[in-house]
Formats: sequence, structure tokens, C-alpha cells
Amino acid sequence: MSELLIKSIFQENLALAFFLGMCTFLAVSKRVDTAFGLGLAVIVVQAITVPVNYLIFNMLLLEGAWAWAGLPEVDLTFLKLVSFIGVIAAMVQILEMTLDRFVPRLYRALGIFLPLITVNCAILGGSLFMVERHYDFEQSVVYGIGSGIGWALAIITFAAIRERLKYSDMPKGVEGLASAFIVTGLMSLGFSAFALVTP
Amino acid sequence: MSLKHHLIAPLVGNNPITLQILGICSALAVTTTLSTAITMSVALTVVLCLSNCVISLMRHHIPPSIRLIIQITIVASIVIVIDQFMQAFMFEMSKKLSIFVGLIVTNCLVLGRAEACAMRNAVLPSVMDGLGNGLGYSLVLLIVGALREFLGTGALMGVPLVTTVADGGWFQPLGLMQLAPSAFFILGLLVWLVRVLRPEQVERPEFRLRTREDGRS
Repeated sequence: MSELLIKSIFQENLALAFFLGMCTFLAVSKRVDTAFGLGLAVIVVQAITVPVNYLIFNMLLLEGAWAWAGLPEVDLTFLKLVSFIGVIAAMVQILEMTLDRFVPRLYRALGIFLPLITVNCAILGGSLFMVERHYDFEQSVVYGIGSGIGWALAIITFAAIRERLKYSDMPKGVEGLASAFIVTGLMSLGFSAFALVTP
Repeated sequence: MSLKHHLIAPLVGNNPITLQILGICSALAVTTTLSTAITMSVALTVVLCLSNCVISLMRHHIPPSIRLIIQITIVASIVIVIDQFMQAFMFEMSKKLSIFVGLIVTNCLVLGRAEACAMRNAVLPSVMDGLGNGLGYSLVLLIVGALREFLGTGALMGVPLVTTVADGGWFQPLGLMQLAPSAFFILGLLVWLVRVLRPEQVERPEFRLRTREDGRS
């Protein structure tokens, strides 16, 4: 289990090894505090949606899942994209309402980022990887938490680097987007050195 | 805004990847070889045209409060068709692209164009806009894919162009090009190149460094 956790945080980092959630990663990384809030939200949403999607996929969509109702040959796996995105949207909505009711301070801090998580491909990507790699329920819980932490770690580090880079005098054309890409590349290079980390 | 403008503008001037920063995830992930880049470009362009067309047809009937859910459902249905088609007729390729065809659903380019163009324009301009943005996206993917495959393996589309050192030739393949970081580097350099050629695309800095001349005056 801990092996999967370490692997999903470092070697198979969703942002730096699989390029998932890149749009948000580049857009919301100008300040460390917003990046931290977004990272936190992604961990929570990822840790909830991957196991929930596991249950839905295995109990409703997989071939033979409707055997108890006398429909053993029904195979609904083609519906996985629509149902996953529906689950993610619903989960984000529920999380939003819960936070608004019980932790209004965190809710205000996250602001617009919470609804934006619905279209963050890291979340959908996590669920799709869970299906593709045939994780069982425990593994999907661990994978959800680990991949969320990995993504959060990447965006917080990136935002910290970017805050410092703001004051550097770069050549025309490099500042902004181009420098962001190159810094991400260097970070990704650094993260691939974590391949040596083993529990 | 003419139809031609909808088609031509997103190619370089308003490119979805280098200027609008939309749809980057898949652009980086599927570019290890040229053939996957081409397949992904075609898939995304088809999805973009169809979704823009359908959403534009329905734009007067979509209530604004739930438009995002409706748009995502439309996009997801189209992507499912493409995904099933690829699994049926191009099984090897769909294995290589793994989850990235499915991730077109959350590709911000598709939703972004639906929201920015298809909700407000008639069918023909929307389809043209979809086609133009799809081609702009494809252009970047093809450049990055060709560079990564050629420098990483010495081949294009799997056909060797130069003999590598392993086969007794002179070309030493750059292993880095097949790994994740090189995609970021190439795209970063590409953005730099575009912005040197077109300085108006550079984002306005949040502030300006004080130079010596400022202090004196």
C-alpha cells in the first residue's frame, strides 16, 4: 500500500509525469496561498471521487453487474465517461455546500477554484487510471489520496518558484508563459529523480 | 468577422495552446511519437467541430443556469462515440493513447470554445471556429510530436530517417526527448519563438523593474 502511495505522489505525479490538470496548474500558480487552497481542494475531491467512481464502475457499469436483476449480459462500461464526470460534478457541488455550511472561511478562501475542479482533468484522469489499472477498493482509496497529494505538492512548489521568478530580469518573450513551461520542465526532471525513493 | 477569419485566426495569431493556454494537458502527453500526435489531433478536431455544431444548434434552448452540465454531457457523448470508434477500428492506437481520448471531455479547449463561440454564434461560424481551433491545436501537436520523435529515436512515423549509433550510424538518440520534461521544454521554446516573432502576444507584466535611469530622474 505504502508503495502505491509513494509511487502516486512522486514517480507517477499526475501533473509532472502525466501532464494532467496543466491548464489550472499554469493559471492558478501565481501566488503560494491560492495554490495551497487549490491543492487542498484537489486532495479532498480526489480522495472522495476515485473510491466513489470505483464503486459505481464495479457495481453498476461493469459487465455482469446487473446479474442480480436478471440481466447478466448488460455491459454499460461505455457509460463510464458520462457517469464519472457526473459523479465529479455532484461531489464538487456537495463539497461546496458542506464547506459553505460548516467551514465558511475555507469556502471563501477557495472561492472560484472549487467549481473549476470539475473540469480539472487530473480528477477525471485519476478515475480513468483507476479503471485502466484495475485497482481494488483499498488501492483506489490510497491512489486517490496519493495522486491528490502529488498534484498539490507540484502546484505549491511551482507557485513558490514562480513568486521568486517574478523579480528576475528575463529576455523579451520568455517571461510569463514560456518561462513557466521551462520551469515546469525542470521540476519534472527533478521529480523523475524521485524514482529512487522506495518505502 | 468573416468565416475565413474564424478559420485562420486561431492558427498562429490566436493559437489555442500558445496564447489562450487551453488544452495543454493532452498536447504534452500524446506527443512522444508523430503518429499518436496526428491521431489525437484528428480526434480533437472532430470533437470540437461536432460539439460546436450541436451546441450552436441548441443555443436558444439551453437555460443559462445549467448550461455547463448540458455542454459537458454533449461533449462527453461525442467523445464516447469517438472512443468506441477507435477501440473498434484502431485498437493498437487506442491502447497507446490510453486515457487521453477520454480526457477530451475535460479538455478546456472544447468547453472553452463552446462557451466563448458556440453559445453566441450561428452554426456555420461555430463549426468554422471549431475547425480553426482544432487546426491550431493540431499544428502545435505536430511540431512538438515530430521534434520529439525525430530527436528521440531518429525516426518519423516509425520510419528511420537517419541511422542511429546502435545501428552503426552517427546519430545518437536523445533519450530525454521520450520523457515527460522534454515536452515542457519544447513547448516553452515554441512559445518563446512565437512571442519573439509576434511581440504583441506577450502578457503585460504586473510591474516593471526599476532601472538606473528611473532613479535619476
